[in-house]
Amino acid sequence: MISDIFNLAFLTGLIGATLRMATPIIFATLGEIISERSGVLNLGIEGTMLMGAMTGFLVTLITGSQWLGVFTAAIAGILLGLLMAFLAVYLGLSQHVSGLGITLFATGLSMFIYRLKVGSPTVPPTVDPFKKVVIPVLSDIPVIGSSIFSSYLLTYIAIILIPLVSLLLYKTKVGLKIRTVGANPFAADTVGVNVNLLRTLCLMTGGALMAIGGSFLTLAHQNMFLIDVVGGRGWIAIAMTIFGNWDPVKGAAGALIFGVLDGFQLRLQALGFRIPFHIFLMIPYLITIVALVSVSRKATVPASLLKPYRREEKGS
Amino acid sequence: MSLSIVKRKPLPGWVKLLIPLGAILVALLFSAIPIVIARGALFKSYYYLFYGALGTRYNLLETFVKASPLILTGLSVSFAFRARFWNIGAEGQLLAGATVAAWIGIYFVGIPSFLLLPLTIIGGFVAGGFWAFVPAALKTKLKVDDVVSTLLLNYVMIHIMGTLLFGPMQQPGSSWPRSPAILDAAQYPVLIPRSRFHLGIPLALLAVLIIWFINDRTVFGYRSKAVGVNIRAANFGGINTNSVIICTALISGGLAGLAGVGEVCAIQYKLIMDISPGYGYTGIVIAMLGNLHPLGAMFSAFFLSIINVGAQTMSRMTGVPVYIVGVIEAVSLIIMLIFLLFTEYRLRWERK
Repeated sequence: MISDIFNLAFLTGLIGATLRMATPIIFATLGEIISERSGVLNLGIEGTMLMGAMTGFLVTLITGSQWLGVFTAAIAGILLGLLMAFLAVYLGLSQHVSGLGITLFATGLSMFIYRLKVGSPTVPPTVDPFKKVVIPVLSDIPVIGSSIFSSYLLTYIAIILIPLVSLLLYKTKVGLKIRTVGANPFAADTVGVNVNLLRTLCLMTGGALMAIGGSFLTLAHQNMFLIDVVGGRGWIAIAMTIFGNWDPVKGAAGALIFGVLDGFQLRLQALGFRIPFHIFLMIPYLITIVALVSVSRKATVPASLLKPYRREEKGS
Repeated sequence: MSLSIVKRKPLPGWVKLLIPLGAILVALLFSAIPIVIARGALFKSYYYLFYGALGTRYNLLETFVKASPLILTGLSVSFAFRARFWNIGAEGQLLAGATVAAWIGIYFVGIPSFLLLPLTIIGGFVAGGFWAFVPAALKTKLKVDDVVSTLLLNYVMIHIMGTLLFGPMQQPGSSWPRSPAILDAAQYPVLIPRSRFHLGIPLALLAVLIIWFINDRTVFGYRSKAVGVNIRAANFGGINTNSVIICTALISGGLAGLAGVGEVCAIQYKLIMDISPGYGYTGIVIAMLGNLHPLGAMFSAFFLSIINVGAQTMSRMTGVPVYIVGVIEAVSLIIMLIFLLFTEYRLRWERK
């Protein structure tokens, strides 16, 4: 039995499944990190991912083009980010409640539109999913070749985005502005940064990434839209943001840990093991709660997270 | 010229009563957009939305049935939010209550039957309370953010349920994640014949009265409010804020747990994975629409129950998908938030 688990084929399968499970979480986590670094907690993430999953699926179903699906999903994500910005940035409403409002809104709307276009057939319609892209030469390497180097293009993009977002935040002028706006908006305002505009742009970018992550679920991970297709992955991304201390590389590492656990239980199930897979699924949440305890002691949270910026309320 | 948002003078108290009604009205008006897009005739759609919930005896009683868990989760969230314990975990607490209620209702075979139902109810309350106690303890002892911890614990609870329903609590011989049926003595009695109007409904209304009493007539209610208004001032004033938050969480979670008991003991008669279609999250909408007041929670729970039950009929008669309910819920919440903002602030034009 044990030798069935620890052989090369299993390892190959595990690495492949890990990347596949981690891809949507990486997108969403990067999106959330960008938003939170600018000072806005976006709890609309779960709904935004579902909206991305639905939009991507439906557009692909109608047009036959997966990339058009991903593109439209990103647009939908941008719009939801804009709505979040209107509520939480410009009106300065509670970020918690407006984010949850967006999740409820996007969830309701996604299901409404899906049902409207597709109806309720007994067998849900499917699309041609993305094909895996095999990278020549590299894919000939044993084990990692046929797992890492023959993944979906969106997975490669997710992995490339990790250092890119990191560079954006830490090495560019825009990144410095984003971090300042998230830590001390009054200082940023003094040096001429448009706080609310920058936060809005971050929410729009973040929304796009979340929705692209969602579209991966219906265009690669699966090829159909089910109501629970996102299934809490948005909240996992929120958790990974905290777990990773608001750092893109660490957050993505958290997403990969989640992917390993999820991939592991999937592979075991595929081999026919009857395992209490729910216990595996519970672990990332428990780890994150433990991580929350350590984070709360270090206090590396963006200092102005959750605080709307109103110039005249400096004293309060 | 630019717009800015500035504080305004306090508005008279009656405005607070009108705001939720206004928000609901605006949300219903907004829902005309998706109805028209779905090619539903407007008047007919609205008519069946309300007729479907209130028009026949059975449907009216169903509206009460549906309102019962919503009142309880709405109360749960309002009670917690009032003390600024940001309990987004009513869903998990409901599931905890449902799980323990099912466990008692299925396996406590030996005890006298008249004791079984009270024990089930208490068990569910305690389980929900415990599941809210965890994040409250994390908040007060270790300063862990309550929004994120309660949210995460919802999923921990779902997977605990999954582990049980695919394991020790699975119905023998079944491959589905469902438990065996609970004992007859653990069922909520049906109070009105030819309907599902059950004991849980008066229990929920009783809970409204009790929470109202606690809020307005007890020292604890006063302290809980003080913690919500200004925790530092409450601390300086000699209130043990940690113990207030923990007690608030226990009661809040317990109320959500009772909603779970009702679903097991009056609706499903067993534990299943999708025992709750998100009642815990809807509780947040209800609490906000109800201005965090128990009576407000009761009325907004009835409103959401009406559109939930009515949407079934509307959908059958006009073809507008039932999921419009989710849209109306979310839009009412968002409009309510905006309205509430403008009770404290107003817009001001500024010349640059």
